[in-house]
Amino acid sequence: MNNLQIPAWGVWAMLGGLGVFIGLLILYFKQNHGLKRPIFASPYTLWMIAFTVLPCILIGYYAFTDANGKFTLDNFKNFWDSNYDMNKELIAMGFNPEDMGFSRGTVNVDTLVYSLWMAFLCTVICLLLGYPTAHIMADREFKLGATLVILFVIPMWMNFLLRTIAWMSLLEDNGLINNLLEWLGIGRRQLMYNTEAVLLGMVYNYLPFMVFPIYNVLNKMDYKLSEAAMDLGCNKWKTFYKVTLPLSLPGVVSGITMVFMPAVTTFFIPRMLGGGNTEMFGDLIERTFLTANNWNVGSALSMIMMVLILLSLGLLRKVDPEGEGGGMV
Amino acid sequence: MKKLSLVLALVLCCSVFMVPCASAEEVVNVYNWYDYMDESVFEMFTAETGIKVNTMYFTTNEDMMVQVRVSPGAYDLVFPSDYCVERMISEGLIAEINMENVPNAKYTSEWLLNPDYDPENKYSVPFMWGTVGILYNTTMVDEPVDSWGILWDEKYAGNIFMMDSLRDTMGITLKYLGYSMNTRDPMQLKEATDLLIAQKPLVKAYGVDEIKDKMINNEAALAVMWSGDALYAMEGNENLAYAVPKEGSNIWVDPMVIPATAKNKENAEKLIDFLCRPEIARMNCEYIWYSSPNSGAIELMGEEYTENKTINPDADVVERCEWFHDIPDNFLTVYNALWSQVKNAK
Repeated sequence: MNNLQIPAWGVWAMLGGLGVFIGLLILYFKQNHGLKRPIFASPYTLWMIAFTVLPCILIGYYAFTDANGKFTLDNFKNFWDSNYDMNKELIAMGFNPEDMGFSRGTVNVDTLVYSLWMAFLCTVICLLLGYPTAHIMADREFKLGATLVILFVIPMWMNFLLRTIAWMSLLEDNGLINNLLEWLGIGRRQLMYNTEAVLLGMVYNYLPFMVFPIYNVLNKMDYKLSEAAMDLGCNKWKTFYKVTLPLSLPGVVSGITMVFMPAVTTFFIPRMLGGGNTEMFGDLIERTFLTANNWNVGSALSMIMMVLILLSLGLLRKVDPEGEGGGMV
Repeated sequence: MKKLSLVLALVLCCSVFMVPCASAEEVVNVYNWYDYMDESVFEMFTAETGIKVNTMYFTTNEDMMVQVRVSPGAYDLVFPSDYCVERMISEGLIAEINMENVPNAKYTSEWLLNPDYDPENKYSVPFMWGTVGILYNTTMVDEPVDSWGILWDEKYAGNIFMMDSLRDTMGITLKYLGYSMNTRDPMQLKEATDLLIAQKPLVKAYGVDEIKDKMINNEAALAVMWSGDALYAMEGNENLAYAVPKEGSNIWVDPMVIPATAKNKENAEKLIDFLCRPEIARMNCEYIWYSSPNSGAIELMGEEYTENKTINPDADVVERCEWFHDIPDNFLTVYNALWSQVKNAK
């Protein structure tokens, strides 16, 4: 991996970007006549530059260059045809890839489609589970609402990798759940190393991201509105359908985005709970960087992922311009 | 105040990119795999020589090579895998070791001298070595395990763990087919790929570090594993056994090398010499449980070591095994595209 060494102009470009940003900062200071919020925001802005803006520039740089730092679009061709680099190499070696049975490799595109599908399923399940949960939690007559909120928050204090590993010892062939099943006389099943287990891990990890935005909206909703609807003759279902649901939509949209986005980029969970039998796009990107050692193609794949996420963010902005759902947009 | 905050901002920004500098006292900066050294030997080294040992860790060879390239002078002693040594020599990343400063290198087992990756024995001193084989559960496998073919036996469907590691998994499949692990023939690689895809329905999972604990928990009958991990698992479950198939396998060495840019080369040589001392090599061997290249340490450990065929395989097993060679980046694309097909075959 020798393409970590960026060319001299790359450094200058980054320093230039930094200079422009500092210039903008100064301009901003001047307009605000000095010391106001920007001062307090500057640590965060610096953080953003160092760990968000610069990496994005680097990803862009790698995605459009080859190992020697020359401009190329091959990395994106590799996304469309995962055998592209290989076939180029084979031809250079004097083989004919088509005779060998290597046509277009669909691995990368397939993995993306599979990730979208898994993320879709995960979002639907989270919505089906999350909406009623949020509704119950926000119900004024339900005394344990606050307790439920805490129960949802506490697991999130722990790193998701650890929680996923904990699932492994539950789902294993000789794990807790299987021991219980055997004790009940149902018999052991293979619960792990399949798509369902991956989905379970994803739903488990992302469910709070669905529950909380909806809970936020429902909690702030003026309950007198539903009371009025009831007074005016709506039954419970009609009240929900005509009043509560429309008012909670911003939360739902926010929840969908906040589950879908991390779900598409899921990695590690398929490797642990799915046993590495099928990769998701996040795993593919990780492997392209680490095993295949190809930072250029890896960056191109990341860029495709980021564009997808930006598109869905844009969509969210359209539906929920004020960010009422509490989504961190 | 405005200026002050700007200066502060700049300083903060710059500090992100700054590399810590070494101080004036005698030090040696060691860059090693995590948990790959009985660290008490470093304390002993410091007590004896007054040289302070700073340790840093890496998790993959690729990470390590990037770091050695981009931070010249940061490391004095590095523990790469054999095929990386080959690449590092060709890239001029490592320096020749002055063997006069390493008299204890004489304990290195004779067959490990002048290895393929360092034919003239100038750049490296072996630290540990091992093999790749099959770890199996004797309560689930009745027949003798002597061929890679058992991994394709439908009897064990859903009971097989494979390594989630390109070179190792492709390598053993190539061996099973009777080819070299270092083949550059795309047709042979294609054959291995097809075989691995055909095997996929039988495989329970692909993994690396987590597999040894699963084998201890009786989660599967067969697993492809490195000898050291296998020994660890066998310690935890007496029904486990390890075999290197007759078709041959991979044999690997993790040598010690000194980067060309090392600032404390002599201290690094002193440390290498110290680590080659039989008592010290024994301590490390008993801590890590990989095979020791140090004849002195083997003598000290006696039958406990020599009678254990996992850690001390017979000469004919070693004879059948093959070293990995470095694959150049351009041919690596072929390996990667094919491995991608295996990993994502439905």
